[in-house]
Amino acid sequence: MANLEQLSNSYYRLLTRNIILTIISVSIIPLILVSITIYYQFRTSYHEKVYAHLCEIVHKHKQNIDGFLSEKLGDIRFLANSFGLEKLSDESFLQDRLAALQENYGPVFVDLGVINTAGEQIAYAGPFKLAKANYSDAQWYQQAVRSQYFISDVFLGLRGLPHFIVTVRNTWKGQNWILRATIDFVAFNTLVESIRIGETGFAVILNKAGKLQTTPITKPSLDIIPAKNIYAEFLENRARSADEIRIAVKPDSSDHQTIFVASFLKNGDWLLVYQQHLADAFADLNKTFTMTTVMMLLGPLCIVIMAITLSKIIVNRIAQVDVEKQLMNERVVETGKLASVGELAAGVAHEINNPVAIMVEEAGWIGDLLEEEESQDSKNLAEFRRAIGQIQAQGKRCKEITQKLLSFARRTDGTVQNIEINEILEELVALSAQRAKFAMVSIQTHFQKNLPQLQLSLSELQQVFLNLINNSLDAMESGGGSLTIASRLEEDRIVVEVSDTGPGIPEANLNRIFDPFFTTKPVGKGTGLGLSICYGIIDKIGGKIEVRSAVGKGTTFYVSLPISKEDVARDKTSPFNGPAPSED
Amino acid sequence: MEKMTKNPAPPHIRLLLVDDEVGFVDVLSKRISRRGIDVTTAASGSEAIQTLRRQDFDVAVLDLKMEDMDGIEVLKIFKKMDPNMPVIMLTGHGSEHSAREGKKFGAYDYLTKPYELDDLIQKIKEAIRQKGNSDE
Repeated sequence: MANLEQLSNSYYRLLTRNIILTIISVSIIPLILVSITIYYQFRTSYHEKVYAHLCEIVHKHKQNIDGFLSEKLGDIRFLANSFGLEKLSDESFLQDRLAALQENYGPVFVDLGVINTAGEQIAYAGPFKLAKANYSDAQWYQQAVRSQYFISDVFLGLRGLPHFIVTVRNTWKGQNWILRATIDFVAFNTLVESIRIGETGFAVILNKAGKLQTTPITKPSLDIIPAKNIYAEFLENRARSADEIRIAVKPDSSDHQTIFVASFLKNGDWLLVYQQHLADAFADLNKTFTMTTVMMLLGPLCIVIMAITLSKIIVNRIAQVDVEKQLMNERVVETGKLASVGELAAGVAHEINNPVAIMVEEAGWIGDLLEEEESQDSKNLAEFRRAIGQIQAQGKRCKEITQKLLSFARRTDGTVQNIEINEILEELVALSAQRAKFAMVSIQTHFQKNLPQLQLSLSELQQVFLNLINNSLDAMESGGGSLTIASRLEEDRIVVEVSDTGPGIPEANLNRIFDPFFTTKPVGKGTGLGLSICYGIIDKIGGKIEVRSAVGKGTTFYVSLPISKEDVARDKTSPFNGPAPSED
Repeated sequence: MEKMTKNPAPPHIRLLLVDDEVGFVDVLSKRISRRGIDVTTAASGSEAIQTLRRQDFDVAVLDLKMEDMDGIEVLKIFKKMDPNMPVIMLTGHGSEHSAREGKKFGAYDYLTKPYELDDLIQKIKEAIRQKGNSDE
């Protein structure tokens, strides 16, 4: 028994595990797949969007800066072309022009200077004392002399402050002269400074040599070049189209994954680099990712909890149902099959009756002959008599069998009369009392009082219940027990329960107990017809007989008998005849 | 034979035994004869009617289930031919219904097969006695 429980426990454990696994795999795998797909798609499009956005910013600023530079150059060109060397050599005029420029553009133009071919500043207007300064050795001058227009890199120069110079070269009387304007570094720097996105995003401008032309807010010194090697890479690839915007993701000097967006300015002289830590650029995405991850973890957690709870509930229910099923195996009899088997059996019984009768009579005839005197001397007389007696006894047995068999098909006494079911049951209990005592079985009765009368055959009902009681007593003969007989009213039926505490009927046999000739009793002890007859009788009168049995617990037969309709009607009209629960 | 003479038998009872089971009729007639009754056998309904036409009987034992004729029909004819002759019917088990019906048609009583010979003898004697009573 314990083994069986262990087996079923492991069966239920396995069942629980399978249900849990099924629920989890069925719900979590799609969840994970969907989440991953959605996240991947979202990430890709978000990346694209961020890159596009950054490119757009860089592109716009490139245009801004280029525009700024060409505008300043245009101003200076206009100045040089409109006024000529003579006028501009006049310092006070130059002062006026500077004032006019500053009035128009703010403090972008710091100073103006006119430089002759020898590199000497012949006129100067501005806050510094740079009149007569000689620039012949200055690098920017070397370049400025060689081209019509020139915009220098940022440098400290004579004044010791970062600035850059815009120059226009003109010719006067065969002599080259140069108009130079200094652009305020601060004003220029704001152009780049304004490119600020997130926590770590900033932009710098570098010259060909990789020197910073602007001051990044986070790195105030000009000499510090963040991610110098990265910039160098961009600078190396200068050969490509000047308008191209390039993107790279690389670790910066402090080892953060960083996005670099670069574009050349000033016809490829300068490089605008925007950089931002990847984590910062995708902060929103990362936030989403964190949230998704949390949900992804919480969701399956819920699913797992649900799966465990649900499967436990399900398996408990299954276990309960299994127990109930084992405890109370209900049997619904297939009426058609049984009826046909019954008829067949009856036919066989009838045909057997004649030969059996002849055999018995012939044996009787031998017995008659043995009575004659000449036979009295036979030494085997006693043995003859015994054999004849045996033939007759066995003939009687055949007769009993066929009688039962025939009464299964055709009722013996179908006379219908008014019947008090409780009276019949009490009579039968009294009849069985001796046998019950012998079998150490106690009989309890629970009869509902004032049950309506039944219009049925007395002998048939007696046969049915005597059969059931005898079966129960037989079942409990070996170990004793208790037999309970109860009657109660159920709608338009009276239900009689006959339950014993015997060994029960195994499930395999339960399906066959109403079959004719099915018996578990030893050969010669039972015909296997008792329950068939009961079934036949109950079926004929429109009742129902059912059995529930649990091995080791006992067996209960339920017989429900129909009350004729007039009876029920009468019962309802009479207040004194109503059913009352019995205290018995 | 000693036994038979000892039997204070009334004048010989003449019995007509009708059954289509030849083996049964044979052995039964032998046994009944041994008990001081004159038995004439008929193995079918028509044979029985012919026999009864030739000869009178004190009592008839009639099987209800025969091949050629229904026992009830034979009974009806018997009753027409000799209304005073008691008829004891033999039935297979489960045919009591027709046996009871037979009683309505004037049968004296019925026995279900297989039966005890003594019961049959007793019934036969009862029937004769009753017949004698009603005759007198």
